[in-house]
This record gives sequence, C-alpha cells and structure tokens, in this order.
Amino acid sequence: MRVILHLLKKEFRQIFRNRIMIPIIFVMPIMQMLVLVYAATFEMKNIDFGVMDADKSITTNEFVQKLSASPFFNLKATSNNLDEANENLLNDKVDLILVFPENFEKNLVRDNKAEMQILINAINGTVAGISQAYLGEIIAEYNKQIIAEFYKTNVGVGQNIRIQAQFWYNPELNYKVYMVPGILVVLVTVIGMFLSGLNLVREKEMGTIEQINVTPIRKYQFIVGKLLPFLFIGLFDLAFGLVIAKIIFDIPMVGSMLTLFIMAFVFLLVVLGAGLLVSTFTETQQQLMFVGYFVMIIFILMSGIFTPVESMPIWAQKFNLINPMYYFIAALRMILLKGSTLADLQYYFYSLLVFAIVMIWLAVWKYKKVN
Amino acid sequence: MTAENIIEVENLTKIYGQFYANDHLNFSVKKGEIFGFLGANGAGKTTAIRILCGLSKPSGGKITVAGFNVYNQTEQIKRNIGYMSQKFSLYDDLTVKENIEFYGGIYGLNNKTLRQKTSDLLQKLDLTDKQNFLIKDIPLGWKQRLAFSIAIIHDPQIVFLDEPTGGVDPITRRHFWDLIYEAAFSGITIFVTTHYMDEAEYCDRVSIMVDGKIIALDSPDNLKNTYQVDTMNEVFLKLARQKIN
Repeated sequence: MRVILHLLKKEFRQIFRNRIMIPIIFVMPIMQMLVLVYAATFEMKNIDFGVMDADKSITTNEFVQKLSASPFFNLKATSNNLDEANENLLNDKVDLILVFPENFEKNLVRDNKAEMQILINAINGTVAGISQAYLGEIIAEYNKQIIAEFYKTNVGVGQNIRIQAQFWYNPELNYKVYMVPGILVVLVTVIGMFLSGLNLVREKEMGTIEQINVTPIRKYQFIVGKLLPFLFIGLFDLAFGLVIAKIIFDIPMVGSMLTLFIMAFVFLLVVLGAGLLVSTFTETQQQLMFVGYFVMIIFILMSGIFTPVESMPIWAQKFNLINPMYYFIAALRMILLKGSTLADLQYYFYSLLVFAIVMIWLAVWKYKKVN
Repeated sequence: MTAENIIEVENLTKIYGQFYANDHLNFSVKKGEIFGFLGANGAGKTTAIRILCGLSKPSGGKITVAGFNVYNQTEQIKRNIGYMSQKFSLYDDLTVKENIEFYGGIYGLNNKTLRQKTSDLLQKLDLTDKQNFLIKDIPLGWKQRLAFSIAIIHDPQIVFLDEPTGGVDPITRRHFWDLIYEAAFSGITIFVTTHYMDEAEYCDRVSIMVDGKIIALDSPDNLKNTYQVDTMNEVFLKLARQKIN
C-alpha cells in the first residue's frame, strides 16, 4: 500500500508539473463542447434554391413565395430554361432547384393533379435528405391549402388522418441534447486511453521503466499506481464536462448522477486497460498515438455517438457488440435523458464490466517485467 | 560453490535467433569485490548484466545471484541488488529530493529511515542546497553520482553498474569511482561494466568479453603480467586483436 502511495505521489507530481496537462484537463472539455456542438451540427439552415418556372402561373408564383417565407429556404436564382438552372446547381450557387413544367396550373385545375420536379445536390446526403423532407412537408401543406380553396371546404382528402408527432425524451428534437453526451464519451476516452498510455510509454522512452523493473515493486502495484491518477482525472473531467453541459446547453439530467458515475467508472476501467494494453506493444509515444488513434476513430464512428446505430448495416450493428463505447454512450443517454436506473441498465453495466475485466487482464498479462 | 561467492555463473547462454549474445559464460564474483566486466560495444555485456538483474531470462545455464536463481527467484534477487544503467534512470521532471524519496519509497523504506537517508545522501553528495533542482537542470556528472547513490539506497548486497560513467570527463569519472570505493568499503559487491580501460585498473578483478565469450579473467596486475604490457588498455587491444586474427 505504501508503495502505491509513493507511486501516486510521483505520478501526480509529474502530471501537474507537465505544462501541457492542465490545458488538456481544463481547456479540452470546454473546446470540444463548444466547437463540436456548435459547429458539427446536422441542423439545416439556409438552403439556397433556384426556380425554373415554365408555367409562370399564379399557383407556381404563390408556391415559390411560400417557400421563400420559410426560414430554411432562400430563393437565389430564377432561370428561364433547364440548362441555366442546372448550371446554377453545378456551380454550387443553389442547393436545389424546383422545376415547374408548362401547364402546371392548368393540369392542376383540370385533372386535379400536376407534376413538378425537384433537383437536389446530394453531395452531402444528410442535408439532401433533410431538405427533401422539409420540402415534402411544405408541398403537402400547400396541397391542402389548394384543395381547401378549390373545394371551399376544410375537409380535404389528406386531412382524414392527421399525424401529430410527439418526441419523447427530447421533445424539441434539440440536436445538442443528442450530441453533448457523445462529446463527453469522447472526452473520457481520450483521457483514459491516451493520457495513461502515453504516460507509460514515456517511461519506456526515458528508460526509467528499466529502473522500476529492477526494484521489487509488484506488477499490480505499478499498474494501480499508473492507472489510478487517470481514473481520477477522467472522472473529474466528466464532472467538469457535465457542469458545462448543464450551464451552457441546459442538457436535461433526469437520472441519478451516482448511476452515471458508476457507469463511467466501469467504462474508464475499460479504456485505461486499453491504454495500458497498447502501451505494452508500442515503444514510442508516436507509435502509441497512431495505434490508439486508429482504434479510437473506428470505435467512435461505429458507436452511435454521431450517427444512430439502428440505421447501420447489420454487420456494423454486430460489431458494436464488441464496442465498449457503444454501451457507454447508450447508457449515458438513457441516464441523462430518460432517467434510467442501474436496474434498467443491467445489460450495459455487465457488458462493460466484462470488457473491463478482459481488457485489464489482457494488459496485465502482456505487461512483463522480464523479457 | 564457495560460501563467499555472491554471484555464480555456469554456462550462461543467451541466444537471439541464431546469434549467441552470451556464449557459455563462466565466472563467479566474490563477496565485497569490485568486479569489472569489460568488453567492446556489442560484446554482450549489457545482455549478461540484464540477466543477472532478473530483467531478462537466459537461454541456458546455472546462474545464482545472492543465493537466488535467476529463473524463478527474480523477486528475491531484486530485493538484494541495486542497478544503474547507461540509459539514464532518474526522472527528469522530478527534483533531486523527490527522486530520492520516490526510489527509497518503492524499495519500502519507512518514513523515518527515508528522511534520514535523504538528508545523509544530500549532504554526502553536496546537493543539500540543490535538493529542489529538477534533474534536467543539473550536470551529467552529478546525475550519475546521484543515480548511483539511489541505486544503493536500500543497502543491497550487490550493485550492478552498466557503463555508469558514459559521456563525462576523466576527473568526473574519478569522483564517481570515489563513491564506488566507499560503497565497496561498506561491504557492497560492485559489478561494473565499462569500456574505459582506465576504470578497469580500479577493479579487483576483471573479465574481458569479446563476441559473446569471456576470453580473460584475472586481476588487472596479473593480466598485465601475462600479456607483458603496462596498461589494461594494451591488454584489451592485444586480446581484441588476437581474436580478430
């Protein structure tokens, strides 16, 4: 025990003497939250559209005006032929084009139906999808309006079944509520995996590990002494991040903080074990960064932090069975947004626990004092 | 095996693939002596010293250090030895005093002993007024003397020094050897590798290693007589050259 205390004293001295550590611990959470949450947003604003109106009727004119009145769509260009309209799309001048064919209004009045075309730049598939959905809604709305006007009645065809959506746990569909827990997971992972791994590899680089290995210090003492400081820092940073999340983004925190920190504790054991494991087969800090970065990016992208796991292909969903980040982010969102208890989270808790045990066991087994 | 031998090595062999880093080494070190383990760079000195310290497993041979064998009693060995390597072993970002306390602490010294040892050591090395300097800010010669003193802070029976004086001038080396003599006088066995032949003169006995084999082992004076030369440097050159021919 005393040996571990001496190790901890030394680690904390080194950590706080390192000029880069304090910024990492305090500035990184703030930066990640502010930059990522505000910049990496899927919310759609300012879609520029063009119109190619061959009909030039009251109906088409009214529709274009209605669209321009929406906060999401700006009318940028009106063209007289399709080539010119396409040109605008190719030059990125507009994101989408509405094409009204000749006799649009006539067809609508005479046949009760008319066709139009929408051309969307889908280089960014997500934006294209959302634009289409918004447009669809506006068109449907307009449709109803026309029906009402023509038949002088409010009972339109489309009004028999009315859909009223209620979004549970995130009623305003606030993007930040989805994003912030994800950022917190990334934060905890970076602290747990990189800081601990780098610290260990640094001892290898400096050669001090040899000196440690020749002392009667026990393997478990050394490992506990090395991992404990980063466990503290990880939990501290999570708390710090949660405070920022509450103050700046007013993220709902329905569940118990104790439950949250129990889950975070187990998750940190997993990533600390991962950091230790990577440090056993890398010799320099650069190697560790490359290996760690490679692993982390895959795990982050697959985990559902930024994109829903449910829309991934089956093999990717299967992969997530071995992705600890998947379990932690799911649990974190459930606790924060739904107020899930430890009993609700059993599956996630035990999964993470198994990861922690396996990871630390592997790392300890790979870490040898003798070669 | 005689009682006074503290290190016994029979047929120590370490093979990396096809390469014999240590080829059937045989020697013993007496309690309290200064044993020089000489050889050119790459002769296999560091490999052997790492095996004796329990940092590396031999491919074969019967080896005991302080009465414990190097295969499965490495933890007992580590309690009884000190080690200072050519690659620098103090923490650059800790102060002189913090380094002493840390290593003393992980060797299990209690607080009282540790305080006493720390102040004695600082005084002996004339570092009392520099105890709060970071290691990276003090000269190499001082670092080496401090590293040696820390390697014996737990009063081991043997201390292994792997090229402890690399990169410093002869006067600084001489200062370092004063510390070695002092430790030897207090009963600690010194096992030192070096490729400075002037340092070989300071040893009680030396072995000379070429290409993984020990080709000579005796006191410096006997070696000089045998090869009819005046300095250890000439002994070494003669042996190394003979090996090439």
